[in-house]
Amino acid sequence: MGRRRRGQFPEEPSGKKPKDDAIEVEGKVVEPLPNAMFRVELDNGHRVLTHVSGKMRMHFIRILPGDRVKVELSAYDLTRGRITYRFK
Amino acid sequence: MIELKSPAQIAHMREAGRILVDAFRMCRDLVKPGVSTLEIDREVETLIRDRKAKPAFKGYRGFPATICASINEEVVHGIPAPRRRLREGDIIGLDLGAIVEGYYADAAVTLPVGEVTDEARRLLDVTRESLDRAIAECRPGRRLGDVSVTVQRHVEAAGFGVVRAFVGHGIGRALHEDPQVPNFGEPGRGPLLRPGMVLALEPMVTMGHWEVRVLADRWTAVTADGSLAAHFEHTVAVTEQGPDVLTADVREAA
Repeated sequence: MGRRRRGQFPEEPSGKKPKDDAIEVEGKVVEPLPNAMFRVELDNGHRVLTHVSGKMRMHFIRILPGDRVKVELSAYDLTRGRITYRFK
Repeated sequence: MIELKSPAQIAHMREAGRILVDAFRMCRDLVKPGVSTLEIDREVETLIRDRKAKPAFKGYRGFPATICASINEEVVHGIPAPRRRLREGDIIGLDLGAIVEGYYADAAVTLPVGEVTDEARRLLDVTRESLDRAIAECRPGRRLGDVSVTVQRHVEAAGFGVVRAFVGHGIGRALHEDPQVPNFGEPGRGPLLRPGMVLALEPMVTMGHWEVRVLADRWTAVTADGSLAAHFEHTVAVTEQGPDVLTADVREAA
């Protein structure tokens, strides 16, 4: 008899949805900036100005230059984004 | 917490598994057009009780029957009923559980009723193969994610869907123990498999999308898009020598 699944498995895509209209990309932090902002170089070469998502701040996830991160880009302003995940 | 089982505990589970094997053998003869799912349920319950075992599902969270009988677009947990009669071309999932000395075994097959379409036949074959491949991964040193992803890869390569809302499970002194065993995942992730772990692996596969919904009876899970679904399950112990299928039909394997 199958067990009803409890909780979310990390590999399941449906769990954490990117915000509507946002583009999810990955990149590397190149430079810390004042006010908890960071310059991130995306895998496609673009450099964007990003801030850390509120949820990550709440959990004290520190970002350092060189970290690989997941970034949500606003569809309206592709030069700005939000860091939503720091890869281990 | 994942509880490891001693050889003596596993022996009880194998005893329960043997009863299920015999019940499935009987079901293969019973399954034909015209028979109702409740008739199958009654026969299986009689067989289990004759062997001094107890049905594992009856009363579990209020489930009213000995077997789960899930026809066509029903994925799992169909409730046997006198009006649910099999028709030529149906596929029927039969999920059985037994308790011996307080130890559980859990297994399922999906059987064709008479002649079924080639596509339905392929669904059954792919689902059973995905279970066989997952079983082969149940050895010390592998991780749970290796087992899960084995099912997912095989099923998705065939163009079918892997149900997300239900998962396999640890089994032993209770029907559902830790860990949860999803049929989707990532290699190299999850708990390390160790000798003494006993898992119920159960791929649930849809011909269309993997989304399911549960009917008003609060049990029967059906595919959201109405596509056919198949379900196979074995109770498998991890041993030093590799997987030990406690619900295997020895005669069938020979």
